[in-house]
Amino acid sequence: MSEPLTVALVGNPNAGKSALFNALTGARQKIANYPGVTVERKAGRLVLPSGEAATLLDLPGAYSLDATSPDEEVTRKVVLGEFAGEARPQVLVVVVDAANLGHHLVFAQEAIEIGLPVVVALNMMDLAERDGIVLDPAALSQALGLQVVPTVAVRRRGLAELAAAVADARGMVPAPRQHLSLPERRLAARNIARAAILSRSGAHRVRTELDRVLLHPWLGPVILFALLFVMFQAVFAWATPFADGLEALAASLADAVRAGLAPGFVRDFLTEGVIAGVGSVVVFLPQIVILFAFILMMEATGYMARAAFLMDRMMAGVGLSGRSFIPLLSSFACAIPGIMATRSIADPKDRLTTILIAPLMTCSARLPVYAVIIAAVIPATRVAPGIGLQGLVLFALYLAGILGAMAAALVLRRSVTRGAASGFIMELPRYQLPLVKDLLIGLWQRAWVFLRRAGTIIFAVTIALWLLLTFPRAEEGESQLDVSFAGRIATAMHPAFEPIGFNREMTLALVPAMAAREVAVSSLATTYAVDAGDEEATMAALEAEVAQRWSLPTALAFLAWFVFAPQCISTIAVARRETNGWKWPGVMLAYLFALAYIFAGITFWGARALGL
Amino acid sequence: MTLDGIGRGIPARIIAIDWHRLAGEEGKRLRALGLGEGAEVRVAHRGVFAGRDPLAVQVGAMTVALRRVHAAAMTVEPL
Repeated sequence: MSEPLTVALVGNPNAGKSALFNALTGARQKIANYPGVTVERKAGRLVLPSGEAATLLDLPGAYSLDATSPDEEVTRKVVLGEFAGEARPQVLVVVVDAANLGHHLVFAQEAIEIGLPVVVALNMMDLAERDGIVLDPAALSQALGLQVVPTVAVRRRGLAELAAAVADARGMVPAPRQHLSLPERRLAARNIARAAILSRSGAHRVRTELDRVLLHPWLGPVILFALLFVMFQAVFAWATPFADGLEALAASLADAVRAGLAPGFVRDFLTEGVIAGVGSVVVFLPQIVILFAFILMMEATGYMARAAFLMDRMMAGVGLSGRSFIPLLSSFACAIPGIMATRSIADPKDRLTTILIAPLMTCSARLPVYAVIIAAVIPATRVAPGIGLQGLVLFALYLAGILGAMAAALVLRRSVTRGAASGFIMELPRYQLPLVKDLLIGLWQRAWVFLRRAGTIIFAVTIALWLLLTFPRAEEGESQLDVSFAGRIATAMHPAFEPIGFNREMTLALVPAMAAREVAVSSLATTYAVDAGDEEATMAALEAEVAQRWSLPTALAFLAWFVFAPQCISTIAVARRETNGWKWPGVMLAYLFALAYIFAGITFWGARALGL
Repeated sequence: MTLDGIGRGIPARIIAIDWHRLAGEEGKRLRALGLGEGAEVRVAHRGVFAGRDPLAVQVGAMTVALRRVHAAAMTVEPL
């Protein structure tokens, strides 16, 4: 028996590497982070023809091993065997885009020069054919002196052949190669590509036609904003039936528990604590899935890079570049992947600014809070066909976050992250029809992260809060909320928040919301359920409570607070890891809490002055 | 003539790049994307709204987005 085999996929960004990885390994992937750097480490199982399983690593895309970004640095170190804690791969699979050989062979040669056994995956053969390019893989194989396997990752073509080639290449000692300079490599790449291309006719028609519209100086931005508007409306409207279904499920679960258990501590704990608390968060899964579906789709089709192009001018106005748009848009789903996505930004000041403003993008964890408060205090009227007032308010909250982020970037770039104006250089990949399976894998991974949060951190926090709310027990005639530990904590904190219109339950909700923003909702739900001795701790019940107990200025101030407040410990932790210290997360916390307090105050007093 | 001054869709070759006008690692990034001396390029798109920034430049089978300041550092000759 030989030692376990580790194989690494390397290649230019946009070579279809991730699709090939998904096709080779299926959904059984382990996604973690490389220690010290927040670059995703994706590993999966590759089954060789002998039945033996090898570990397949999907390394970050790189244009060169002469690293200019943290991403490329990881790839470089892993393939050179310099990455502590990661075994050096024994075989490299260099993925090249069949339709862009002349360019992708530049990096391929650099990877081959390292001296590891290499197999070349000539990927996206179908797109090359669509572009009218006819290739001769045998000629390419001969020119490079190694095995070349044509593949179409999205159609699962060439996968078995690739696995066989990997098994063959294992243990081979490649002949030493001459080290070439970049211009020499470029020239060689062009010559090899020319020899391997039998004929080419027509060219990139689809891209040219689509880009003519999507990158049109006037039409392009309009389409982008329309798309974003549809996305936010969809999050609110399309999710409703699914959310209702989940809520009904939680309610019937609570009913079943009530029917099956005698009244008492355990029954209260399960219905008021566990089911009400966790249920009120899980209800938002459909909205989060829809949001991620849009973002994954934009990424997989190649539109995201166009969005960056269209936004570059605007981002330049606040000292950033279009590059920052992608992490910021991801932050609408969650600031954690957003902050991690900043690693593709080469300029350190640019990257730091993007990290600092990412929490201002309205993440999906804020959705539950917004949704409940909006549903409770904003009437569900229509302002125009297809545009509801509630959706409009939601859009305004998102907009407030965006404008806040822009203003913050402007100030940060002139103060703490001052530096040379950043550049904007990025590849606009070809348009592609994403494979449904790849989208589903991505969606499943995101949904699973959310559910795991609901099952662990949110679960734990909810239970802790319920216990704090339930003990000590109130005597006859006393309010449970006043007597409980939680109530006393809230009473102590309340003076600080009273000036901005927060009531005591809201103040109380802020504490567990530090663990995860959405807990604010379950915390309110639990608080009111316990306070009212009400077993119906459903979303509808919470909305009714809020509508009845909160004034409009108070509710609006609460929303304004959540636009700015850095209410999530995980985000702070990721920022710390990304910036290697507590300094920048400290700056982030201070400025965001200050903004939250000021704007909640302005909103409260402004709304009061307007007589709302 | 520099790349930022050439009309849309006109094929050209980069004959010189003033690396000193490019900040930090930008030169390295541009070269890694195939924008070096000798590359044949074509400005495919330019600007949003009335602005002239950024540019989308076609080089080989790729489209690369860059800013005017980068394009201004590249001397080109129409083909």
